[in-house]
Amino acid sequence: MKKAVSLVLALMMVFAFTAVFTGCGSSDEGGEGGAEGAIKAGFICLHDENSTYDKNFIDAANEACEELGVEAVIKTNIPEGQECYDAAAELVDAGCGIVFADSFGHEDYMIQAAKDFPDVQFCHSTGTKAHTEGLDNYHNAFASIYQGRYLAGVAAGLKLNDMIEKGDITADQAKIGYVGAYTYAEVKSGYTSFFLGARSQCPSATMDVTFTGSWYDEALEKEAANKLINGGCVLISQHADSMGAPTACEKKGVPDVSYNGSTIDSCPNTFIVSSRIDWVPYYKYAIEAAQNGEAIDTDWTGDLSTGSVVLTDINENVAAEGTQDAIDEAKAQLESGELQVFDTSTFTVDGKALDSYEADVDTDKDYTPDTEVIEDGAFQESKFRSAPYFDVEIDGITLLDTAF
Amino acid sequence: MSKQIKEPFLHITKRKEMPAKKAWAIRIGSIVAALIVCAIVTTLTTGLDPISVYGTMIEGAFGTSRKFLILLKELAILLCISLALTPAFKMKFWNLGGEGQVLIGAWATSVCMIYLGGVLPNGILIIVMLAAAIGAGAVWAMIPAFFKAKWGTNETLFTLMMNYVAIQLVAYYIIIWESPKGSGHVGVINQAGREGWLPNIGTNSYWFVIIFVAIITIGMHIYLQYSKHGYEISVVGESQRTANYVGIKVDRVIIRTLLLSGAICGFTGWMMVSGTDHTITTTLAGGRGFLGIMVSWLAQFNSIAMVGAAFLLVFLEQGAGEISTHFGLNQSFGDILTGIILFFIIGCEFFINYIVHVRKNSGKEEA
Repeated sequence: MKKAVSLVLALMMVFAFTAVFTGCGSSDEGGEGGAEGAIKAGFICLHDENSTYDKNFIDAANEACEELGVEAVIKTNIPEGQECYDAAAELVDAGCGIVFADSFGHEDYMIQAAKDFPDVQFCHSTGTKAHTEGLDNYHNAFASIYQGRYLAGVAAGLKLNDMIEKGDITADQAKIGYVGAYTYAEVKSGYTSFFLGARSQCPSATMDVTFTGSWYDEALEKEAANKLINGGCVLISQHADSMGAPTACEKKGVPDVSYNGSTIDSCPNTFIVSSRIDWVPYYKYAIEAAQNGEAIDTDWTGDLSTGSVVLTDINENVAAEGTQDAIDEAKAQLESGELQVFDTSTFTVDGKALDSYEADVDTDKDYTPDTEVIEDGAFQESKFRSAPYFDVEIDGITLLDTAF
Repeated sequence: MSKQIKEPFLHITKRKEMPAKKAWAIRIGSIVAALIVCAIVTTLTTGLDPISVYGTMIEGAFGTSRKFLILLKELAILLCISLALTPAFKMKFWNLGGEGQVLIGAWATSVCMIYLGGVLPNGILIIVMLAAAIGAGAVWAMIPAFFKAKWGTNETLFTLMMNYVAIQLVAYYIIIWESPKGSGHVGVINQAGREGWLPNIGTNSYWFVIIFVAIITIGMHIYLQYSKHGYEISVVGESQRTANYVGIKVDRVIIRTLLLSGAICGFTGWMMVSGTDHTITTTLAGGRGFLGIMVSWLAQFNSIAMVGAAFLLVFLEQGAGEISTHFGLNQSFGDILTGIILFFIIGCEFFINYIVHVRKNSGKEEA
């Protein structure tokens, strides 16, 4: 008993000794945040660079800060709990004038931090509450990734046509499989836009969707992809962050449209193309605004024109001929506004056209629909807030399970 | 003479009590050795100056008053779970269910916050939440204890399985409470009205948590060292037959002790939902139900020594986080250093408890 107490005291002494030895060398903290001009930017990430999702953010943070000559302080592996608030507060203590967080579950803690530190800007990617919180220093950001998904869908549709032409499958068998994380609007918006892109090329396309109940679970995602392939799906795409689905496809030789970045290195024989959000434009915009003391948009939605929605290079070995041209054409039409992803003339719900729809834009516990989102003959995604709110289940897509 | 050849090169015997000074020297030596090995590993693998890495760890734990407060809060939570597990372990009841007992306490707290928030006045709500959490944790621990006491079931497996039941139960309720729909997140509960939140001291309620745990630490120390219950626990731990022989009702002691163990775990869940995190996730306990076991054993079931053991683990954790931010190293690097240090600390206990004899005469001379 006494032994253990003394053990601990000894430990403390040794550490204290080392502290003295280092000459208390690092006393570079303590500057109160928010000085105009050169600011530090803080970043809070759910995981580290081993997750494709977080890697996408971390790479963007480093790139944006390097270009602007701003110091980046990156905190990784911050869970979606009080740790996020603690991390935000520590970043403020360390002199950051702007703090970013990358995961949906960080939002409430970022809002709390924004209330407690009114002089510092807090920007949260994928969140939904900035427009209802009414804080000057709390902002949401997203990108119209549904446009990227649509374009990736075009590539998928052409691949299906190619398979039909070659006689690998009949037109009726052109079934896509999709591995989703949760039945969340962001996922629904993603798979629906992907499907609409595919069907714009291959009219007989149908889709099965299954959910894993986790944003990152390699085993579950692999299992889900295998389940879809065994159920007759001839092409797979996913919205979950591990390599589970792509590697399952590579093993079974089923073409795959990936997400968050290219998986060509691991899957050279099945990877077609991938869409992802490039966060560099937003980070540069927000940091510059904070530096100049300008207001940051409450809801910022990047799109094709801002360079926020990007496609990777196409894998010519797998993609159908003419894929690049078809994507370029669709991209030009999307940018000009000639083409709208959720054009209500291109899909039906329970056999009927969707003339009017109220979405749950203002987040509340009871999911109360509050905003009419059908305008100009299309479902206006990401217009009333940056995070997706398309949660309609359209004909042609079968949800195999909705437990999550 | 030739028979001596069969003597193994190394053999180990149990020591009698080692003089405190010598035990000390071994412990300090092991820590110095650990720091040296860590320094070598750091230099070889990253090329960084190990002293500055250690300095950064200290910075991460004590660098600002906020960091120190966070350290104390994390320490309090881990310590509380360790204290909860201790009576069970001292009784040699392998309670691996701390994770689930904390989670079920957190779940019970959340149920009250969500369904009774705004219905009851805040003070009463907090008390109801507290009672629910303690009750839930106690029941969760009592179930395996009851089965063990009555039918001699294996408590290791049973308590472990109860963790998964708790996790699935919480996962199920997260789907019910999630907002927005389909997101799989409950978010901060009652953020606007703060119903059921512990009041703030300064900008947060960490001090409440710290004070509560300080009280529990002292209470547990007295309970285990000076009370009749504490004595019964140690007798049952040493030998159930002896306990039976001297007239201790072993069944009752097991169930009573696990009720206490679970209740304190549930209390921890309550502190986390009402005091610090204000949300519920399946990973809320974050492995501390298991880490607490290590704290408890490292401190040899002494409540006061556990403060130090928990401090060590939390310090390493906070320090590791700072290393990854400061040097752009992966979090795993901090975990490696932590692993090395723990290896030495736990390893040195071996040399304190046992003597290693090396064979004096080599076979050649004899031949």
